[in-house]
Amino acid sequence: MEKPFHRRDLLGIRGLSAEEIIGILDTAENFREISAREIKKVPTLRGKTIINLFFEASTRTRTSFELAAKRLSADAVNISVSTSSVSKGETLIDTALTLDAMSPDCIVVRHSSAGVPHQLAKISKAAVVNAGDGTNEHPTQALLDAMTIREHKKEFAGLKVAILGDILHSRVARSNIHLLTKLGATVKVAGPKTLVPRSFEGLVDEGLTVSEHLDEAIVDADVVMILRIQKERQDSAFFPTLSEYAVHYGLTQERLELAKKDAIVLHPGPMNRGIEIASDVADSARSQILDQVKYGVAVRMAVLYLATGGR
Amino acid sequence: MSDEVKLVEKSRIMGKERIGRAMSRLASEIVEDNQGANGLYLVGIRRRGVPLAETLVRKIEEIEGKKPLFGIIDITLYRDDLSTVGANPIVNRTELDEDIDEKSIVLVDDVLFTGRTIRAALDQLMDFGRPKKVQLAVLVDRGHEHRELPIQADFVGKTVPTKKSEIIKVMLKEYDDVEAVGIFELPSN
Repeated sequence: MEKPFHRRDLLGIRGLSAEEIIGILDTAENFREISAREIKKVPTLRGKTIINLFFEASTRTRTSFELAAKRLSADAVNISVSTSSVSKGETLIDTALTLDAMSPDCIVVRHSSAGVPHQLAKISKAAVVNAGDGTNEHPTQALLDAMTIREHKKEFAGLKVAILGDILHSRVARSNIHLLTKLGATVKVAGPKTLVPRSFEGLVDEGLTVSEHLDEAIVDADVVMILRIQKERQDSAFFPTLSEYAVHYGLTQERLELAKKDAIVLHPGPMNRGIEIASDVADSARSQILDQVKYGVAVRMAVLYLATGGR
Repeated sequence: MSDEVKLVEKSRIMGKERIGRAMSRLASEIVEDNQGANGLYLVGIRRRGVPLAETLVRKIEEIEGKKPLFGIIDITLYRDDLSTVGANPIVNRTELDEDIDEKSIVLVDDVLFTGRTIRAALDQLMDFGRPKKVQLAVLVDRGHEHRELPIQADFVGKTVPTKKSEIIKVMLKEYDDVEAVGIFELPSN
């Protein structure tokens, strides 16, 4: 039978084929059941060591990876490193070599600079999983988004997906654009011109359009994905005030009316209620935000299973 | 089992009719031993144990007028050879929707050989609760001499003494063109 995933590392969605993406999603589907058991644990990765190496603050992604590892019986160690005191380059190599000396089977890494997981993968003997690198990619987030979309829409081909908000700073947007267009969906991104550069259209060959107006992207959409305003990644010159942003670029019930009747709403979290998403939208039946979190554990179990396999 | 290498069939040990009769007998033995279908829970082991368990459920319902519970186990995550089989094998879903506590479980598989699959299934079952008892039904038992664990079947369709190098293939209409059991070998060249 065809193996779903042929590589050691998961560094991004960009380099994956549609078949590999579907393979990971199918595997993840079959891991969902474990988290519904009374004893939420299988012995599969017993004796494997997984290091969660986070150079950037994270609660949900780190917890999700940690739970995924533990539910597979792997030993999970969390390392949080503050970047402020760390000089780049050499230190990363040293960190990698130090960790490698402890023989981990997999390193899950998040870093504020793009490309760090790729560097780490070159140095380390362990499998490397990207848990977010700068503004580049966040592959497991895109995979859990895809799992949520597939749960409701079954197929990706022909789906219309609106991705709204701070596209410029968003690795979630980049990974999602790659994933969704590879699977045949059309993606419209929209947000303030300063946060949604025209040049984005060149990110993929086809299936992506860029707009300044939220409404243009939302019209007739099957899926509306709203991104977090990343206050920590801005020096606040991108838009005048948060309240002004909420008025022009916040997702409200009224705006959502433009989408298809059965459209679903996604948000990678954590939410800024009343800024990029109105509270009543976040709490509505269309919102799948908590399901995204739920599927996140299954996706990460699948990724850890596939990455640590057979070595 | 690799599908790339063409296996050579040495002999055909069961055809469609014989499989059907063996399954009917297994169904009778299971209800006789368990005194009916009350609390009876048939669990098929993926892949080929699943259609066999479904057949037994149907036949037991015909005998007793009551349908036993039915579930599916995928043992991939409980295998003891994950670090040696190469890339991790495909994971399929376990479906035990009904509570197994205090039930009489009958695990169903196509072939009993080393016993390692059954060990994995038992471990998984125990993660779901505490059944009253667990029994094992197989269509083909390859004999005690191949056993690598202290496991035996309670209900056997047919015992077939085999050499270790031989391969028993149970072919079912759900997955194969025919319904039969054959002894196969790797080509000698």
